[in-house]
Amino acid sequence: MKVAATLRVNGTDYPVELDPHVSLLKAVREELGLTGSKEGCDDSECGACMMLLDGEPVNACSYLALQAEGRDVTTVEGLAGDEEVGPLQRAFLQQAGVQCGFCTPGMLVSATTLLRHKPDPTEDEIRIALSGNLCRCTGYRGIVRAVRQVASGDVPPLARAPVHEDATPPHHAG
Amino acid sequence: MTRSFTSATTIDDALSALAGGARPVAGGTDLVVGARQGKAPLPDAIVAIDRILGLRAIDAPDGGLRLGALVTHGDIVASEDIRTRFTALADASAIVGSHATRAQGTIGGNVMNASPAMDTGGPLLCLGATANLRSASGERSIELDELWTGPGSTSARADELLVALDVPSPAAGTGSCYVRLEYRRQMEIAVVGATAVVTVEGDRIVGARVAITALTPTIRRAPEAESALVGTDGAEDAVEAAAAATAAASTPISDVRGSAEYRRAMAAVIASRAIISAITRARGGSVPIPASPALHGVT
Repeated sequence: MKVAATLRVNGTDYPVELDPHVSLLKAVREELGLTGSKEGCDDSECGACMMLLDGEPVNACSYLALQAEGRDVTTVEGLAGDEEVGPLQRAFLQQAGVQCGFCTPGMLVSATTLLRHKPDPTEDEIRIALSGNLCRCTGYRGIVRAVRQVASGDVPPLARAPVHEDATPPHHAG
Repeated sequence: MTRSFTSATTIDDALSALAGGARPVAGGTDLVVGARQGKAPLPDAIVAIDRILGLRAIDAPDGGLRLGALVTHGDIVASEDIRTRFTALADASAIVGSHATRAQGTIGGNVMNASPAMDTGGPLLCLGATANLRSASGERSIELDELWTGPGSTSARADELLVALDVPSPAAGTGSCYVRLEYRRQMEIAVVGATAVVTVEGDRIVGARVAITALTPTIRRAPEAESALVGTDGAEDAVEAAAAATAAASTPISDVRGSAEYRRAMAAVIASRAIISAITRARGGSVPIPASPALHGVT
């Protein structure tokens, strides 16, 4: 039986009616139409669905949507606040931390959490913190560089972002 | 498929729901994942207990430790008292899942899920934790080796809710450590794990508890390993004898993460690392938290 609830996502209240078994990820993507968060494994292994729940990370594929009522949910669409693209997202673009982009929403949420708890992480701390987020394209180098760049405070505006000389994605099929 | 969902804000509300046949969910990191994997379907009726007031507290009654069932792994890692006095528990909670799991996953859920591979089980068992179970008809406290009856099963009745774990104050001169063998740095489950809690007086080990993880149907202590340590100075031969005893106590299974033979061989390696680090900590030396993976030569 469907249950009426209100989900507060990126500062907006959405009235919904949900079956109790529906995950937060499915509700946000299919009922609210916010498709930034991805379903990779649906098993809490890959982190592509990661969102913030009252500011703390959650694998939304493995969290019941009804449990989120009354809590603040933030998805990748809400990370930049009023900006179109935030510093972390600009750094991902500049450092070519994105290839297919499927893992990117979760990576951004995960890195946001890391930087909030540890504003100046070492490369090793970044790699450990992001190990719950799987990427099958870029090999993580650009992603780690992007997080380091934000930590160093050196993120240029989007329009002028030069591409890192080492940032060309590898050419291979499949 | 789940037909009803309620959210409890008091223990009594939760207990009524349990008495009516509902099953509890807190962080969902085991229950919902298990349903996705096809291990067990979601219960017919669910009561969310994550908003019960007062169950997410870390207290130190009589010098011991009381963990409310809703304390998260993140809370445990952030507790200076736990890092200092109950270090093996901090070692374990620091490597559960990823930071998303540690933010949502609770110690109560971890214990009641009763996985033989759970990271926090060995530390809680060796530190002497008891589980405080409450139902509409009363409450009781039981030892963890009475609680865990098999993989995924406990002796708790369906109408009982775990409300807290009570851990006695460790004796002066106690150090502890949990180490696991792992293949991935987050979202990993122990291939093999070992816990050691060691108490020293001068050069001598006067108390030792050793437990093995992912090596038996439930997490259990290895008494032969403990006796191999007590009365010694904790030198290499004593550690080797204790490590060999943990391997001998192991009855591992073969699965996708390791063969039984490999697990048994690694039991001795992982146990010796846990024992050596617990002795180091008991003597005031420093071992990073979490001890895994630093002890494996990985930084």
